[in-house]
Amino acid sequence: MKHRIPEHEGEDAMSTQHRVKPYGDTMNDGRVQVSFTLPVPDGDRAVEAAREIMLSMGLTDPVIAWHEALDEGFTFFVAYGSHEKGIDYSKIKVQTVDVHVMSMEETDAMIRERFGRKIKVIGASTGTDAHTVGIDAIMNMKGYAGHFGLERYDMVETLNLGSQVPNEEFIREAIAFDADVMLVSQTVTQKDVHIQNVTELVELLEAESVRERFLLILGGPRVTHELAKELGCDAGFGPGKYADDVASYFVTELDKRRQAEENLSLT
Amino acid sequence: MAELRINWDKVAKAREASSAIADDVNDQLSRFTTVTVERSVARLFGIDGVDAFDVPLSNIVVDHLKDKNVLGEGVAYWLAQGVLSSGLSQQELAEGIAAGDVDLTRLEHADPYACSLWAREHAEKALDRIRDNKRFRNEKIEQFGERPSPLLYAIVATGNIYEDIVQAKAAARQGADVIAVIRTTGQSLLDYVPYGATTEGFGGTMATQENFRLMRAALDEVGDDLGRYVRLCNYCSGLCMPEIAVMGAFERLDVMLNDALYGILFRDINMQRTLIDQSFSRMVNGAAGIIINTGEDNYLTTADAWEAAHTVLASQFINEQFALRAGMAEEQMGLGHAFEMNPELENSFVYELAQAQMARQIFPKAPLKYMPPTKYMTGNIFRGHIQDALFNAVTVLTDQRFLLLGMMTEAIHTPHMSDRALAIENAQYIKRAMADFSSEIEYKEGGLMERRADQVLSEALELLENIRVDGLFHAIEMGLFAGIKRRPTGGKGLDGVIAKSERYDNPFVDLFLAEQKGEQK
Repeated sequence: MKHRIPEHEGEDAMSTQHRVKPYGDTMNDGRVQVSFTLPVPDGDRAVEAAREIMLSMGLTDPVIAWHEALDEGFTFFVAYGSHEKGIDYSKIKVQTVDVHVMSMEETDAMIRERFGRKIKVIGASTGTDAHTVGIDAIMNMKGYAGHFGLERYDMVETLNLGSQVPNEEFIREAIAFDADVMLVSQTVTQKDVHIQNVTELVELLEAESVRERFLLILGGPRVTHELAKELGCDAGFGPGKYADDVASYFVTELDKRRQAEENLSLT
Repeated sequence: MAELRINWDKVAKAREASSAIADDVNDQLSRFTTVTVERSVARLFGIDGVDAFDVPLSNIVVDHLKDKNVLGEGVAYWLAQGVLSSGLSQQELAEGIAAGDVDLTRLEHADPYACSLWAREHAEKALDRIRDNKRFRNEKIEQFGERPSPLLYAIVATGNIYEDIVQAKAAARQGADVIAVIRTTGQSLLDYVPYGATTEGFGGTMATQENFRLMRAALDEVGDDLGRYVRLCNYCSGLCMPEIAVMGAFERLDVMLNDALYGILFRDINMQRTLIDQSFSRMVNGAAGIIINTGEDNYLTTADAWEAAHTVLASQFINEQFALRAGMAEEQMGLGHAFEMNPELENSFVYELAQAQMARQIFPKAPLKYMPPTKYMTGNIFRGHIQDALFNAVTVLTDQRFLLLGMMTEAIHTPHMSDRALAIENAQYIKRAMADFSSEIEYKEGGLMERRADQVLSEALELLENIRVDGLFHAIEMGLFAGIKRRPTGGKGLDGVIAKSERYDNPFVDLFLAEQKGEQK
């Protein structure tokens, strides 16, 4: 790694490591804020227990700034400590959806030019998940936080199945709609139900030999691109991603696949 | 309380249109009953328990009659027939049907008049049980004194009733006045009510009669310690609306979510089915002295709160008319609305205040349920806590009855114990700090707030007049609420709608209507 942040005392100048520590108000002070509840009655012993919890988290110099009883046997703490060790930033690798994010107009123009037809996108909140907030944020005309949803795109044809759609039905509808893209939203993540559910969806798609037919995109508050890939999806979008991110990705990816097919047929 | 100048002429016209809308729906649906209405009747007659495969006996009895194509007479009629001709009790008959020993349609025929008398007499017994609960609640409230507004409404949702109890008691001690046990994801689509105490659920806990009983006992216990009556809330909406209402009446719940429109739009339940279910479930809730909560607030989770505010008001008007037709007193109509405007919008607080104040004045006796921000909660818990604080301020200034506590960790997880404690602390601080604020101010005549209120009212009136022409079913089909479209024959549960025969009998309808009328005198 060539680029380095400013040096500080005690670090090996030859090191290729790039230590990063939390920032409070001074570089490398390592200060973090933590809040948690312990199932013990409030008092001196509770405060000491909270300090030990902080220490066992690897946080030094713990300060319990606030403690109060939530109930007879429960105490709430607000605490500060230092993460002295930090982490090696140069070793951090993340998988992200690496695509140039385009505006709605750009995306529509690209679809017109490269495909000459509308891209069909089907979406659902599948399994027992009753929340439509995620799929609606991406698909509804109105969109979310100023980013128009896919329904607003001239060159995207959408079908939003809503919530609590069984995986079997989702696949059946995707085939009937002749979708290019399947969007699956998972909001409820208690007891990792989203992981089981998406795993089942991928298995069903494979069992019916239609997995390759669709671009499968996962979204939700606990979703990362890495998790989505692990579960057998093509991409994953977590919090802070909007319809334009998703659309830019699927248009770019579908175009890549289209070109690859063309090259194949040429050779 | 500072008040807005409202065009009461428009309000009257909106009520008139809503009244016609509700009459039209009731006219179309009065010829039908449903499987869950009949199962409710079975439960009211004391049928309880499950068979060896955990199928509720109320389902077994109703399915038995449905299979024989005689459910159109109503469960009351057939149970009366069965009891009078066999000498067995209702419960024994149900167990007999489950075992395959009894066929209600093959028993010797009893005199229909005798059947009707039997049904009325035994219906009174169910009412006595419900009255005892009502009396107990009223005595407790009298003993401890009624809680001032707003009632702080906290949610527990662990999936395990025993864990819920730990959290509920803690919340009550921290200051919550109402505990709502969120149901597990997907329960609204079950066409039966699960049985017994349950410890597994996703995003909530099964609504079962035993879970109701356990939580009720826990809240009574903690309430006695604290010297106040802690109210319990659960959810009727779904495919078993009236059955869950009956369970709530039997186990002394105090507040129940009850909204067919919510089920139609957000759970894709068939509109005919759930509007029939709603009508009877509201009679049950009404007779049991339970406050209903309607779900208009949810529209704003999908539609935009600025653009769709009038759909909330229009739906409140319609819900009011449906509740009136079920005999319900205005004091039991906890109509819903919400604080869901985009925080980026300039003056969002002013507009929220205007809308909440307008709802307060248009429905002066209704214990309104006001919902906290959810759509624009981001995961930035620090900003979220402030959004909740502004919501709390509107609640206090406009004297809403139920303040649903906003959690700063909304959009992240089901609330931690500390989330709830901080939410209560936030609400109590604002309630204390702004106690007399609204009686110290006046709203500017023709100002931003009055103009906003009038705009919403005018749009609601226009919408209601359009719905009056085309009918509610058509309006829902066109996606006028929450931007969601549903067809009259689509959705779940239509196969559970049954045409009534000429002999159809449900003695509880008259009984519950009379009970509510008696209370309102």
